[in-house]
Amino acid sequence: MTELLKVVGLTREYPGVRANDDVSFSIGTGEVHALLGENGAGKSTLVKMIYGLEKPDAGTMQLHGSSYAPQNPQAARAAGVAMVFQHFSLFEALNVAENVALGMENPPKMRELAASIREVSENYGLPLDPDRIVGDLSAGERQRVEIIRCLLQDPKLLIMDEPTSVLTPQEVEILFKTLRKLQSEGTSILYISHKLEEIRALCDGATILRLGKVVGECDPKVTTARSMAEMMVGQTLHVPSREGGETGNVLLEVKGLDFAPANPFGTKLKNVSLTLRAGEVLGIGGVAGNGQDELLSVLSGEARTGKGAVMFEGQDVSHLGPNARRKIGILAAPEERLGHAAAPNMSLTENAALTATIRKKLSKNNFLNWKKTEDFAREIIKAFDVRTPGPGSAARSLSGGNLQKFVIGREVLQEPKILVVNQPTWGVDASAAADIRQALLDLAARGAGLVVISQDLDELMEISDHFAALNEGTLTAPRPAKGLTVDEIGLMMGGAHDMEVAEL
Amino acid sequence: MDFGGINPVILLASLMVASTPILLAALGEMVTEKSGVLNLGVEGMMITGAVCGFIAAVETGSPTLGFVAAALGGMALSMLFAILTQIFLTTQVPAGLALTLMGLGLASLLGQNYVGIKPPSLPDLHVPLLQDIPFLGPILFQHDAVVYLSLLSVVAIWAFLKFTRAGLVLRAVGENHAAAHALGYKVKLVRFAAIGFGGAMAGLGGAYISLVRVPQWTDGITAGIGWIALAIVVFASWRAGRVLIGAYLFGGITVLQLNLQAAGAKVPVELLSMSPFLATILVLVVISARRHGASNAPAMLGRIFHSS
Repeated sequence: MTELLKVVGLTREYPGVRANDDVSFSIGTGEVHALLGENGAGKSTLVKMIYGLEKPDAGTMQLHGSSYAPQNPQAARAAGVAMVFQHFSLFEALNVAENVALGMENPPKMRELAASIREVSENYGLPLDPDRIVGDLSAGERQRVEIIRCLLQDPKLLIMDEPTSVLTPQEVEILFKTLRKLQSEGTSILYISHKLEEIRALCDGATILRLGKVVGECDPKVTTARSMAEMMVGQTLHVPSREGGETGNVLLEVKGLDFAPANPFGTKLKNVSLTLRAGEVLGIGGVAGNGQDELLSVLSGEARTGKGAVMFEGQDVSHLGPNARRKIGILAAPEERLGHAAAPNMSLTENAALTATIRKKLSKNNFLNWKKTEDFAREIIKAFDVRTPGPGSAARSLSGGNLQKFVIGREVLQEPKILVVNQPTWGVDASAAADIRQALLDLAARGAGLVVISQDLDELMEISDHFAALNEGTLTAPRPAKGLTVDEIGLMMGGAHDMEVAEL
Repeated sequence: MDFGGINPVILLASLMVASTPILLAALGEMVTEKSGVLNLGVEGMMITGAVCGFIAAVETGSPTLGFVAAALGGMALSMLFAILTQIFLTTQVPAGLALTLMGLGLASLLGQNYVGIKPPSLPDLHVPLLQDIPFLGPILFQHDAVVYLSLLSVVAIWAFLKFTRAGLVLRAVGENHAAAHALGYKVKLVRFAAIGFGGAMAGLGGAYISLVRVPQWTDGITAGIGWIALAIVVFASWRAGRVLIGAYLFGGITVLQLNLQAAGAKVPVELLSMSPFLATILVLVVISARRHGASNAPAMLGRIFHSS
């Protein structure tokens, strides 16, 4: 197998974070190569550099043995590199043929293009009608449009960024057949995913990234999902600094919760049960998109569920909305900072009022006490070391890490009985992350119950008393975090799949 | 061949003349909106074109140069809008309203010394043979070049948007500017061009009023035609053919109600004056309602594009 693409020492730095650090790997002709890693490991940055959307700060690439440094996506396409995006880059009001034409440098006449779309799509088992409007297509069909757009340019290397995240299992099967056919014709595929079973089924080689660095390579056909998960999360998980078990009364109880989100691409929660005691930190791991957002919305009250599904101190709170739950002490900090946790164009003072009005008694007769609100905002800024000119600054003017500190601080300082946080330290530098974790632990020490949803396993092991994992909308039974091995975590997160298969 | 003092041949011929300014302005605005930009300054660009065209035609004695100046004047004003909305990222609705107010004032200032002057007239093109067809000849084939140009524009713009690559890119930019940018298309450049084209067409439409339809210069000569052009684009669901229907319907009823007023019909004048607006909007709503509810509006219409 000759070498198609060779990447040597690629480094890319963003303000405050080194997304890629001296990354080297190579892909052979006709190889399906997996790029494996947790969220934020630097997979997307790496492929953006290969596709010409970003330029590396250091390092070189070689394609077919000669130097390759694409200035833009057009140059990459001309060199035979094509990419299927995770978030589709399609035009809904245009038809399939027009969408395909827009992604080509020199498209043929529309009639010829329509004919070749039919031919190529039938050939690869992805039938598509070139005259249909893309807005009417399903997610799977839309992905076909992107793939066909790439295939018509006869690519040497096809990059696929999380291609199966929006597909049904049947669609995944079809996609894999297509990719195997492409492989048999000598096309190389760079396949980005964190779904280990898919990679084992499809890929010939894998490069594993962790925190921007290559931490290992393996042959997924002979490596177990368990050991790949080990490499992804690293061998050295922190020993939990807290003992489990010294917790108080049951605060929150969720029993057999089923929930279908309004968003068609959301994950259905299936038979989720959990118990949270006073002073306990329940860490919930799992790869992104396995029901994290849905679980948070169910607990915060953004989404209502059936009677009796969510019990707080023995009372049914399933029907209560977010403000009613805040009133009794259930607070939440969602993952998306701008637009969900904070209103981007409003000042920090106004953002403080948005969730804290009830618990901090910031209003009287429906008139806001701005003085008191501003004092509260200042208190958050001071207690959580938020770097900002003052409480009058707009939320969007803060860096991601500083806004995250503000959002977490706003909830913690309201002294909740239960706090649900999703990705509390995502995009926050190491020292600030440690501060946030300490604040969460202190809150628990004061008797609150915490549900911490995160994709950072080190973090979860550091602060959790109990650990559970979300996997396609089901939550594993919580286990004491202390003494949990990497093996066991890997199995809880997704390795469970192949156990089920093995039992059949 | 008169019906109640109204000659149908003259009526239909003047219908085409009355409709041409609306048609030109609406076609230009349609192209602008197809690129995702909502320019509410049509009225301002029209009247700027009207005064620029009038001055140039009077000074040079050439109506052709007048129309060229009108297109350039409308385009110049639209470039101001383009710089504001595409470079400084101001919101499009207030920028467009400001453009209209500014255009009205500017035209008033420039036209001060031209009130009461008669401009050189644009010769009618008599199409040989066809003009001799009874009834149809005088209605369709004895007009000036701009009327034919406007009709040609309908076909040209339809074909441009439907069949050419540049037209496809323009629609793509109006549909999803982020995706167009990711595929390597120059969103701002496309929008500058579309805004400029809209300005030039509005300028031509304005000059047609001051040089042919009226023809003289008075303040506020466009009298809200720019606004009806905007409405026609929306109700025509951004389709060139329907813009033609809308413009001719409006022009037709305008001419008809003027004739009815002159003939002393027993209907309140106010009712007659509002009838073109009412009828046009009604008909276009009925047409566009049939298309399974979809409005067909460009998805990015009025949205600001940050390239990041």
